[in-house]
Amino acid sequence: MSLLSTLARLEAVRAQRAQPLATVRHRHLSERPMVLVPLAAAGESGAPLAVLLGTDREAPRLHFVPQPLNRTQRWEFLAAVAREVVPYLESFGDEVELLEGSERDPVSGEKVPVVRELCADAPQLVVPNAGGVSHLALLGRSTRFRRTVEDPDPGEYPSPTEVPLLGRWLTHLTDRAQVPGSSLLLAMTGLLSRHWATGQSNLEDQHLAARLAWHLPPAGLEPPAVGAAAAEWVESARDGDGLLLHPPAGPATDPKFDERVLAPAILRHDAAVAVRERAEAARDGAEVRRAAGLVEQAHAELARVLLAATLPTWHDVWRGLDLLRALPAAGHLPDRWEGDRWSFTMHRDRVAAGEPPQPRRDDAVTAARKLAQREREQARLEIQEALDDPLAMAERRLAGEAFAGEVVDVVPEWSAGRSPKPRPLLVVRTDDRPHADPGREAHRAHAEPAQRAEVVSAAPGEVVVRLLSGMGRRKDPEPGSVPEPGTAVVFTLFELAPRQSAPLPEPADTPWTHGGPPVAVEDAPAGGDEWE
Amino acid sequence: MNVSHLGQASPPLRRLSELRGPAPQRSLDARALAALAANPGCRRRALLDAAGVDKTALAQQLGRPAPFGQSPFAIRRGLQFESRLKRDGYAVLLAPLRRRLGVPEDEALSLAVPDLLPSASPAVRAERTAAALAEAAADPAGWTLLDHPLLRLDVAGSPAYLEPDAVVVHAGRCTVVEIKSFPVLDGSADPANVGAAARQAAVYVLALQEAAARLAGRPLSAGPYAVQDLPGAPELTVLLVCPKDFSSLPVAVPVDVRRELAVTRRQLSRMTRIDQLLAALPGGVTFDLARDASGTPTRPAGELAAAVAAVPAAYAPECISTCELGFHCRSQARCAGAVEQLGRGVRGELGALRTVAEALAAAEQGGGGGPEPALEEGSGLDEAAERLVYAARLRAEALAAGGVR
Repeated sequence: MSLLSTLARLEAVRAQRAQPLATVRHRHLSERPMVLVPLAAAGESGAPLAVLLGTDREAPRLHFVPQPLNRTQRWEFLAAVAREVVPYLESFGDEVELLEGSERDPVSGEKVPVVRELCADAPQLVVPNAGGVSHLALLGRSTRFRRTVEDPDPGEYPSPTEVPLLGRWLTHLTDRAQVPGSSLLLAMTGLLSRHWATGQSNLEDQHLAARLAWHLPPAGLEPPAVGAAAAEWVESARDGDGLLLHPPAGPATDPKFDERVLAPAILRHDAAVAVRERAEAARDGAEVRRAAGLVEQAHAELARVLLAATLPTWHDVWRGLDLLRALPAAGHLPDRWEGDRWSFTMHRDRVAAGEPPQPRRDDAVTAARKLAQREREQARLEIQEALDDPLAMAERRLAGEAFAGEVVDVVPEWSAGRSPKPRPLLVVRTDDRPHADPGREAHRAHAEPAQRAEVVSAAPGEVVVRLLSGMGRRKDPEPGSVPEPGTAVVFTLFELAPRQSAPLPEPADTPWTHGGPPVAVEDAPAGGDEWE
Repeated sequence: MNVSHLGQASPPLRRLSELRGPAPQRSLDARALAALAANPGCRRRALLDAAGVDKTALAQQLGRPAPFGQSPFAIRRGLQFESRLKRDGYAVLLAPLRRRLGVPEDEALSLAVPDLLPSASPAVRAERTAAALAEAAADPAGWTLLDHPLLRLDVAGSPAYLEPDAVVVHAGRCTVVEIKSFPVLDGSADPANVGAAARQAAVYVLALQEAAARLAGRPLSAGPYAVQDLPGAPELTVLLVCPKDFSSLPVAVPVDVRRELAVTRRQLSRMTRIDQLLAALPGGVTFDLARDASGTPTRPAGELAAAVAAVPAAYAPECISTCELGFHCRSQARCAGAVEQLGRGVRGELGALRTVAEALAAAEQGGGGGPEPALEEGSGLDEAAERLVYAARLRAEALAAGGVR
């Protein structure tokens, strides 16, 4: 946390209301996102309990596992979720842009023109918190290797065909969520933290409803209030039965809810199913009908309690989206969203080409590539955010990595040589204290085309820089390319285009220091040991 | 009461028992110790734990109950998992240990599982464990599994009782076994969970080291990384047993806890001695909940809060997830406007500015006067305040430029 965000938090404490940490919205928001509120069954990692999902705020759809230990029911649940999520994801694959490019032919080495498809839009999943993202990642890991009835060797417990496909998509999306600035899968708490500071700690901000209580009065609190007291109310207020008035955003449920509401409801459902099975075994028609009614009743009761446990969070996520949509979009969002569209398009193509699911562990080259990509995207994100948002730039100025000020004097000078080029000196009056040692390279923010400069001297209150580029090719600078006295300028001491990392070898050329070329390991058949 | 083995109750112990009132003593467990070691500066927690006060009931009576609890599903699954471990004579536990110790696979194995009197009082159980441990350590060839032994560890002058899941003794050395419910997925587990388990196991190892030193009549070695060469001394690598992938099949992984052991030893030695805490306590303070005949606490919350306030706390937001009194201390920190409510790091950033109001006042000191921050010599601002002024100016400027205000 930087001093600027600490300051915003201090202000939030005083105002008892969230304070801005950004003046623009730094993440792309889809017109048609799918919101998911997943719940996990306690005690078993990655075991699903329920999910409330949908693209229509008014019509969320609940899916749940009536008996979380029952594997068949779990597959039915995952298949039902897949039937909702996969068509949503695939609906973005139809409309494409055609981009012409060229590719080097691997045999002849000549450049051949190719036309590549890029999906015009991409899906966006929104979950309440980072826990939701890891839960989806676990679901992806546990389902993408499942064998289905279509496999040559379906194993003892084949799963419905949609399930491994869902697993591959979830794995792709949760993997992409690790890339800084990506927006295919977003956690609402993270989105809100990027844009506003609350008067509580980062730790407490992980609780979505408590975080939101610094923006809007929580539903059910009388009289309506925002701030610390409202946040504490959603965190801890309980009714007469000891149940939280505002359920946690998951994926973990409140233990008291498990004990007092969920466990009895599951028990009743189990009992009803047992009665039905007994009646079926005894071929007692009347009893079967009565038992079927009981099962239906117990099922409806479970649906009721699980809906009550997820619906408040569902509304919270949408309220968070409302808050974010009210912010103007940052200038570089289309640029970063294009990266997400590529990511989506490429995975769509891999699935269509029948490639195998993502491996359990990446080979050395893939891992290095992913890491390099994340580092590059992190650098790009920081630069773009600083250019898009004066508050983000303020962070860099506070750190001494940039300075803003007013041009008070321009001294025209030229480089030596046969064809002199303009090298004007700018005297910039600034209250910032940049780490600007003479000779250090500086970059003018928002310059079109890019403009490089060199620090000539720096004294408190005044920095002199020499412009080195971006002034055209003639002896005299292009009109408008050198700021006039009186112009407000921002110079950064960091580069405004991220550096390309060194190329990595193909996986087949992995050096022995990194384990050599990956050996095609027969992935242990995924059926057997899992979820027994 | 489990102070009988200490002979006559000494004055500090008598005072601690007064603090607790007639309620039964809560003994410290390893999780509490690990949490305490994570925040060694908290005198409130140190004293309440030493006195064995039921912090859950205390927090309840103070009006801000702890949010902790365990789901019945988690408990059931935990029990199911433990019962799997006991199949085939604890084969899951013993196989990796044998590999590590180089014992041939085919060598016959006779495993002794002594009765550790699980329903006796803590003091008796601790004595019984010590005896069983000494006996097992004396047998070089046999294998002994101590199922839920009870170990004693003196923490800041008061005894704490610790219950590891299991301790395996072979060839005069013992290994702590820690059973956890988080999975080892594709060969790796969540580092936060593993870290917490390692810290907890380190407390057990420390207790075993002290036990071995006591048995041999020698002091504990000064270096925390030194391997004890005494009968019954613990290995510095513990065995972490977790479910494998998404199954309920157990997998045992060795975890080196030397670093955690060193940290725990250092933190515990830093903890203020209980007698000093008691000396600083005003007379008449007690945390007795004054339960009536039906067991309902009758002590007024205000009076209790005043008693709790007599012992200073070191609140940080992390406390909410580890300490029963977390919500209470947070509300106190908020009332006082302490900057700790925003996180531990904030304290360091703000230097001598200890409250929200102070910090904001310092930030605004330069803001009113115009664009030039108060940088003059001798303006009385320390470095943190000066940076804050600078930050406030940048923030105001950026918000104005962004059109937010």
